Amino acid sequence: MPKKPIHEAITMRLEVLDKDGKVDKAFMPDLSGDQLQAMYRSMVLMRKIDEKALNMQRQGRIGTYGSIRGQEAAQAGLAAAMEPQDWTVPSFREQGIMMARGVPAHLIYAFWKGDERGSVFPEGVRCLPIAIPVASQFVHAAGLGMALKLKGDDAVAVGFGGDGSTSEGDFHEALNFAGVFKARTVFFVQNNQWAISVPFRQQTAAQSIAQRAHGYGFEGIQVDGNDILAVYVASKEALDRARRGDGPTLIEALTYRMENHTTADDATRYRPPEDLDYWRQRDPVDRMRKFLSSQKLWSDKKEQALLEECAATVEAEVAALEAMPAPDPTDIVSYMFKELPYNLREQREQLAREVGR
Amino acid sequence: MSNVAPQPSLRAVPEGAERLTLVQAVNRALAQEMETDPTVLVLGEDVGKDGGVFRVTEGLLDAFGAGRVMDTPLAESGIVGVAVGLALGGFRPIAELQFMGFMYPAVNQMFAHVARYRNRTRGRYHLPMVIRMPYGGGIHPPEHHSESYEALLVNTPGLKVAIPSNPYDAKGLLLSAIRDDDPVVFLEPKRIYRAFREEVPSESYTVPLGKANVVKEGKDITLISWGSMVRQALEAHEALGREGVSAEVVDLRTLVPLDVDAIIGSVSKTGRAVVIHEGPRTSGFGAEVVALINERALLDLQAPVQRVTGFDSVFPYSMLEQHYLPSRERVVAAAKKAMEF
Repeated sequence: MPKKPIHEAITMRLEVLDKDGKVDKAFMPDLSGDQLQAMYRSMVLMRKIDEKALNMQRQGRIGTYGSIRGQEAAQAGLAAAMEPQDWTVPSFREQGIMMARGVPAHLIYAFWKGDERGSVFPEGVRCLPIAIPVASQFVHAAGLGMALKLKGDDAVAVGFGGDGSTSEGDFHEALNFAGVFKARTVFFVQNNQWAISVPFRQQTAAQSIAQRAHGYGFEGIQVDGNDILAVYVASKEALDRARRGDGPTLIEALTYRMENHTTADDATRYRPPEDLDYWRQRDPVDRMRKFLSSQKLWSDKKEQALLEECAATVEAEVAALEAMPAPDPTDIVSYMFKELPYNLREQREQLAREVGR
Repeated sequence: MSNVAPQPSLRAVPEGAERLTLVQAVNRALAQEMETDPTVLVLGEDVGKDGGVFRVTEGLLDAFGAGRVMDTPLAESGIVGVAVGLALGGFRPIAELQFMGFMYPAVNQMFAHVARYRNRTRGRYHLPMVIRMPYGGGIHPPEHHSESYEALLVNTPGLKVAIPSNPYDAKGLLLSAIRDDDPVVFLEPKRIYRAFREEVPSESYTVPLGKANVVKEGKDITLISWGSMVRQALEAHEALGREGVSAEVVDLRTLVPLDVDAIIGSVSKTGRAVVIHEGPRTSGFGAEVVALINERALLDLQAPVQRVTGFDSVFPYSMLEQHYLPSRERVVAAAKKAMEF
């Protein structure tokens, strides 16, 4: 009875675009100049929408807000690889990809303002609402990926979470189900290295999140999450695999949370200040601009025009937010069921009386 | 336990009926709905080849295949969360949790998502899904197999809660639950899974959610119950009748939505009531029933409403469970206390 290996696995890390804007041609995806520019523009818009949210939170115009700063490449790179029919199953730090997938920014602002209508996305936008309980949404992505497979729908469900979420049981249950049922699902973990104040090294003794996929019988890959091209390449491959019916993939985008966990947090209590300098030099937006400039695909003039365009978009989204009428207090109870039972009818009448409707 | 079957009073049994146990009635409902609606799926531990640990899903795998009858990994949160995803993807999943005592790992999914999706998205998304689980005591199992925590579910806004007390209602309520566009937790009283058979129409029919059943009419006191405890109420009805007390028996059938009119209508008529449930007493659903009667029928009352419930204890292991479960004797004693007030 010899002792012999029954499983060997290697977990790969992919980098295409380095911090100085140089690409590794061997892994450069086949993207046109227009596509590359669109990916860059998408990141800049995400950043501007995000900055405005932080700004509005400070002014008291929206509530607690969790910034995506530093994670734009992870979200824009994946968005560029997704097909229109694909599903986004977000956690609460996915505003960037939600926008890129068709959720208007003013709805995202509305969500953080404390308005449930912020989760009423336009018809046809295949995006689930923001899920707050950490990791719970991965299981929905697994189930949705199973549904897509059963229906023969040519779409993939992409489930999101952060490094902290990989410690929750639901992360593991989701990957396990998706593996067993070969779900049309991609699990996309943005490892921004902090779960509020707890660093990644205290979430797991494993060297990476990506390698955990092997335990569930499928591939995992780590990418430089600040490298939009690496994210695109890995995402495209994973989406294609799922679409072909060859099962799920776990992608770990290793990035960094440049802001506080949310506006209710103070990261100076726990984060080494030198971290920010290190990661600023690896900024996802800057490096893509350097690359585009080196390819003569970008210029100061284009940059200026883009910033003006983004400012106008931000302004229009804020205007759309502020044009939303106040929510109807009776909505507190109106959507609990399709048909309200007696108690909720009575409670709705009470609310209506109180507000004089 | 005696074998008094609930008497169908307000139901017409058409021709073409079989005599079925509650297990068989649930099985027929699943099979019929899967036959007519290709979006109906069944998933859970052991529901496929084994036909479920109580054989509720027997034959479904052969009839509908592994794409629609899914033996899942052993993970309750995964089962319920995947059912959420399946429902969002256009199916009507029916998830089985093996015992209510094993629901706890799934509570995050049930309370944080299943109950909230419609409200969270202001109706953009909804979850037409059913979570079935055997609940309650009386089968002498190990720990965690006897829980009756319906009050937890009722106190979670957004879940419907159906609890049949007999085979006829089990089939009709389950068909309503599957067709409902909101999530329904379907609690099956495993104690009476096979306790008796009754005529169940072969055809498809529904018992509406939110409509209580007056199983026995009476004029002196109302016995209010649901699920397995309806049998205790019926046994008490007979015992009280022998002593000249006419007890009305109301089977609530669903706790959400609740047929408050049936409760108030009956209690207003009789002026006395006993609420009977297996779950713990404090903050049990009986307390809600008492409060509703106080709010809506206080002046019709001739005695305080009595509660016959489980204790505020952990459900005991099998050697003591007969002392835990509400018995006919306790119901009769409570009814007499109300009569003699």
